[in-house]
Amino acid sequence: MTMWVTVLAACVLAYLTKLAGFIVPASWLEGPRISRITRLLPAALLAGLIVTQTLGGTEGRLVFDARLAAVAAATVLLLLRANFLIVVFGAAAVAALLRYAGWS
Amino acid sequence: MTTAADLPLTDERRRAVRSQALSVGIATGMYGVSFGALSVASGLSIPQTQALSALLFSGGSQFAVVGVIAAGGSAASAIATSTLLGIRNGLYGLQVARFVTARGPRRLVAAHLTIDESTAVGIAQDEPPAQRLGFWITGIAVFIGWNLMTLVGAIVGNALGKPQTWGLDAAAAAAFCALLWPRLRSGDGRATAVLAAFIAIITLPLVPAGIPVILAALAAVVVGWVGPGKHEDPSTDGLPGSDPLP
Repeated sequence: MTMWVTVLAACVLAYLTKLAGFIVPASWLEGPRISRITRLLPAALLAGLIVTQTLGGTEGRLVFDARLAAVAAATVLLLLRANFLIVVFGAAAVAALLRYAGWS
Repeated sequence: MTTAADLPLTDERRRAVRSQALSVGIATGMYGVSFGALSVASGLSIPQTQALSALLFSGGSQFAVVGVIAAGGSAASAIATSTLLGIRNGLYGLQVARFVTARGPRRLVAAHLTIDESTAVGIAQDEPPAQRLGFWITGIAVFIGWNLMTLVGAIVGNALGKPQTWGLDAAAAAAFCALLWPRLRSGDGRATAVLAAFIAIITLPLVPAGIPVILAALAAVVVGWVGPGKHEDPSTDGLPGSDPLP
C-alpha cells in the first residue's frame, strides 16, 4: 500500500514538474545563479546516489563490499566508452562473480 | 507573412528527421530492460514497476525511486530525490513549449513526453515543423520501447530470485555512474559531483537512509552560487540529451 502511494506520488510530481515548464513564464528562471544551480542539480544528486548505493549498509554503516568493485568496473567501462547496458550489466556481473568467489 | 521556416517539410527532410528520431528512440527504449530488472529486485511489484515507466517516464528519477527504496530510505526521501532529479524536465518544457504549438489534450501529452531525448532531437532541428516532428516521434518511440522493455526486464528480474546473487544491488550505482558521466565534462559539474559525494559520505552514518542524497543536492547550490570558473564554458554542461536515459 505504502509502496503504491510512493510510486503514484512520485509520478504525479514528475508530471506536474514537466507541465510547469509549459505554463511557467520563462523569466522566472532566468537569473544566472538560479539557472546554474538547476543545471548542476542532477550532477549533485547522482553523485550522492552513487555514494549511498555503493557504501550504504544497514543502520547507516559504511560498507565496503562487492558493490564498490562493481562501481570501479562501471568506471572502467565508461572510460572505454561502453554502451549504457554494458556498463550496468557488466558492473552487476563483476559483483555477482566476486560473490560467487566468496567475497561479500 | 510566411517565412521559409514555416513551410511544410520536403519528403526528404521529413525522412531524415524521422530516421534520426526513431534511432534515438529505439536505442533508448532498450535501456528499459535494466530499469525493469532493478525495480523488481528492489521489492516493487511488476505493476508498480510498469506504473513508474508509464506515468513517471523519466529514467533518472525512476532509478532514484527504486534505488532509495532498496537502500531502506523513506517514501518521502524517495519522492523528494525523484522530483529534484526531474526538475530538468521542467526546464526542457520551457524550450519545447516554444515550438510545440498543439493545444488542449495534445499539449498535456507533449508535457508528459518532455524528456532528455525528445527535447534534444527537437531542438537539434533548424525549422519549427522539423522540431515538432523530431520531438513527437522521439517521445513516442522512447515511450513505447521503454515501457515494453521495462516489462521484459521486470518479468526476467522476477524469475531470477535473490538480486544479490546476480549483482543487481550494484546495478543501480552503475546506472547512476553512467548518468553522471556526461555531466563531468565541465569543471563546474566535476566540482559539484565531488562536493556532493563528500557530503553523502560524511552524512551517511549520521542521518536516516535517503537523507544524504537530499543533503548532497546542496553541492549544486554551493557551486552554482559561487559561479563558473574563469575558463568555464557554461554551454557544455547539462544539455538535454546528455543523459543516456529518458
